[in-house]
Amino acid sequence: MSEITDTLETTLENPVSGIDQSSGNFKYDMTYDFDAGTGLNERTVDYISSVKKEAPWIHDFRQSALKTFFAKPLPTHWATRDLENINFDKIRYYLSQGQKPKRTWAEVPEDIKRTFERLGIPEQERKFLAGVEAQFDSEAAYSNIKEAVSKQGVIFMNSTEALREHPEIFRKYFGKVIPTGDNKFSALNSAVFSGGSFIYVPPGVKVSHPLQAYFRINAENFGQFERTLIICDEGSELTYMEGCTAPKFSTATLHSAVVELVALKGAKIQYITVQNWSSNVFNLVTKRGLAHEEAEIKWIDCNIGSRLTMKYPGVVLKGRKSRGEVISIALANDGQHQDTGAKMVHAADETTSTVVSKSISVGQGRATYRGVVHIPKNLKGCKNNTECDALLINTNSRTDTYPAITVRGDRHAVQHEASVSKVSAEQIFYMQQRGLTEGQAMSLSVNGFINDLARQFPMEYSVELKRLIDLEMEGSVG
Amino acid sequence: MAETASDRPVVAAALGGFTPDVFARHLESAPSWWHERKRAAYSRFEALPMPGRTDESWRFSNLSGIRIDGFTPDAAPPAGTAAASAAFSLAAPPMLTFVNGRLASRGELPAHLAAKGVVVSTLSEAAARSPELLREHFMAQPQKLGSAKFAALHEAFIADGAFVHVPRGVEVDMPIVLIHSASGAGTAVFPHTLIIAEDNSKVTVVDHFHSNDTLGQFACGANDLYAGHGARITYAAAQCWSLETLSFQFNSTVVRRDARVQSLNLHLGARQARHESLSQLQAPGGFSEMLALTVASGAREFDQRTLQIHQAPNTKSDLLYKNVLLDRSRTIFSGLIIVDPDAQKTDAYQSNRNLMLSEDAESNSLPGLEIQANDVRCTHGATSSPIDADQAFYLKSRGIPEKAANELLIFGFFEEVLCRLENEELHAALRDLVRTRLGR
Repeated sequence: MSEITDTLETTLENPVSGIDQSSGNFKYDMTYDFDAGTGLNERTVDYISSVKKEAPWIHDFRQSALKTFFAKPLPTHWATRDLENINFDKIRYYLSQGQKPKRTWAEVPEDIKRTFERLGIPEQERKFLAGVEAQFDSEAAYSNIKEAVSKQGVIFMNSTEALREHPEIFRKYFGKVIPTGDNKFSALNSAVFSGGSFIYVPPGVKVSHPLQAYFRINAENFGQFERTLIICDEGSELTYMEGCTAPKFSTATLHSAVVELVALKGAKIQYITVQNWSSNVFNLVTKRGLAHEEAEIKWIDCNIGSRLTMKYPGVVLKGRKSRGEVISIALANDGQHQDTGAKMVHAADETTSTVVSKSISVGQGRATYRGVVHIPKNLKGCKNNTECDALLINTNSRTDTYPAITVRGDRHAVQHEASVSKVSAEQIFYMQQRGLTEGQAMSLSVNGFINDLARQFPMEYSVELKRLIDLEMEGSVG
Repeated sequence: MAETASDRPVVAAALGGFTPDVFARHLESAPSWWHERKRAAYSRFEALPMPGRTDESWRFSNLSGIRIDGFTPDAAPPAGTAAASAAFSLAAPPMLTFVNGRLASRGELPAHLAAKGVVVSTLSEAAARSPELLREHFMAQPQKLGSAKFAALHEAFIADGAFVHVPRGVEVDMPIVLIHSASGAGTAVFPHTLIIAEDNSKVTVVDHFHSNDTLGQFACGANDLYAGHGARITYAAAQCWSLETLSFQFNSTVVRRDARVQSLNLHLGARQARHESLSQLQAPGGFSEMLALTVASGAREFDQRTLQIHQAPNTKSDLLYKNVLLDRSRTIFSGLIIVDPDAQKTDAYQSNRNLMLSEDAESNSLPGLEIQANDVRCTHGATSSPIDADQAFYLKSRGIPEKAANELLIFGFFEEVLCRLENEELHAALRDLVRTRLGR
């Protein structure tokens, strides 16, 4: 009984109390030391490479990626035509304050700290001293690796530093899971990437604290192209989290990251994302993991913000008995299109993959699930299970589901299931006659819809998620 | 310069053997009332490109298998061709039998049906008697599933077809059987069936497509189903073309208020077959049940594309497509449910089940949803798996040999679909066709 009243009491309070709703609506003037100007050509790439004092092979890698980017057409034969509204000539491809990543909080410039404070970062900071790689614009403005983690031999640094200091580890896998030519936007990232985390976990090391990084965009017309590569050596374990909020700007911003994961034999990687870009951001991200024998890769992906997100985290199941999992939550409000999904490529016997996707469309929002499950010939004992549920809140909300499943051979079991529904009127009625407003009831019901997935997030994230949903559901009824 | 040279063969390939000369010859033999429509259709065929590699509605299709040269329309059937289809065992005699697109023989419509105004005739006869019905319903629906080019080809080269018209309130108590057959190597046929069931009428129509030999042919057929308010249409099509044939079939179903259409497509023949099926639920209370069974063997490819469009509130659709895959065969199922913004209370279902019986078979499923209304119930599912090990074990433990057990399980797999047919005789006849095809 007490449990029930407790829950009710907390819900009856203003669900958004304690959240500064104007957060995200501010901008501090920044002075950028290095600025590649707007537009993209070979000189931009030369410039980025020279500012970062990169080895010749990286420079060549960037230049050839640029050619691929120009050669590839936009994928509008299957994707939304909204992509055509990206003006690649108006985007700044690189700027930086020219600062080296800081080791301690005290060394972080005061104005940057102020931005973080408005976003509620310091609390998180205190909680997660284990490993913070906070990226401010393209360079990591702050990075702090807990002593214990580095003592275990874990390498956690930004991409520029890592390629300079540990090429022997990172070069081998860099660009191998997601080849430059994978798609137009992975090519773009390969040409102009800066920032992002590179992590190496030595054999058998289990990183007990989740490593975290915050990515932010804080310049008009400035695209962010971070590059993340995580390698977990045999038998090691890692949880990595990224979350983002961005100040609002008037013109569209492009965010195009590439994230590569490599789980060697028996390793486990869990990668958690909470994406909450402002609603003018094009968020076109390529994420893929490579799972070796008996390894496990799990993507937990939550998309709430942005104008258009196109993101299909994938796992290539390369080793026998490897496992891949994608848990996806998407919330699309007015003017937003969340085009998310998963890609499972089975390339070895007895591999298993699971996809669970839940999307919520509010107002004129559009949520799309797009998935690929591929089981080629000559394999046996592969399994895939995919479930997609969509919840439509308003009469003009929209949802789409476009899976593609290819199975070869008679020794696999694959199933896909999807459903579309609305919030049950009985539930809302019940809650209303218990004294909740329609809005509160709706919010509770939506939180219930994703509850079993949200519970898989670390506590801080699932609390944040609940608050974000409360915020998004405001004004969606009536 | 080099580019212009390489352009030419592409243009030629886009027309295949259906060049303007061939079309001009075809027009000479076609009735004059049809000329204008056919010319317009041919220009569309000429103008539209062949499906390309990045064309989403042709994703996974083997485009290199679609060659439309070397085929002859209006080929006279070789002498001594027997047009009867012995394999199809229905008591009702066929009403119309077409060989190479032309009417070869016809059965007599029972007097009580003729008296009520039921018409089973050729399209040419219908054009003379009720041109307004033809104008309204013949190829009148949009081509939304990727084959606009081949649908235009169908309309340009069609020689004749079947026309079934059931007046308001009339119930036809026997299945109307129509046979479309092809004879001779390289023959191109363009079978067509147009069914108009007026308000509150009821009719069952069976199309049987088959080759009179085992030679390679080209079949490019279409059917239009129109169910007026409260009408009921049961439509079954058995596709038994020769195993060397390239087959296209385009179905369009229009469902009006409280009408119900059940269609079942049995795919047994052809080397490569594409079937497109469009159901438009235009008024409240409409229900479209879309069923299909496919036996794929050898290196054959069956490519099925479906679209269920809910255009009005309170409509229902239910799709169940089952494939059995043997040898190196491939199947593609690409389905889409569209719920228009005003179509509240839609109940739509879509299911694709693939029974994998070979290590080299490949199934592709693309079950899709596009929902723009919120008060709906829409689900879809797709599975690909071998025979259930527990079921196989159970039968084995009862002393049933593996081969017989597998056969039982395949029939059990199909039975779920066949059972939905109300007509027992039709059910048995279709099951016999499957048995013959599986050669057991």
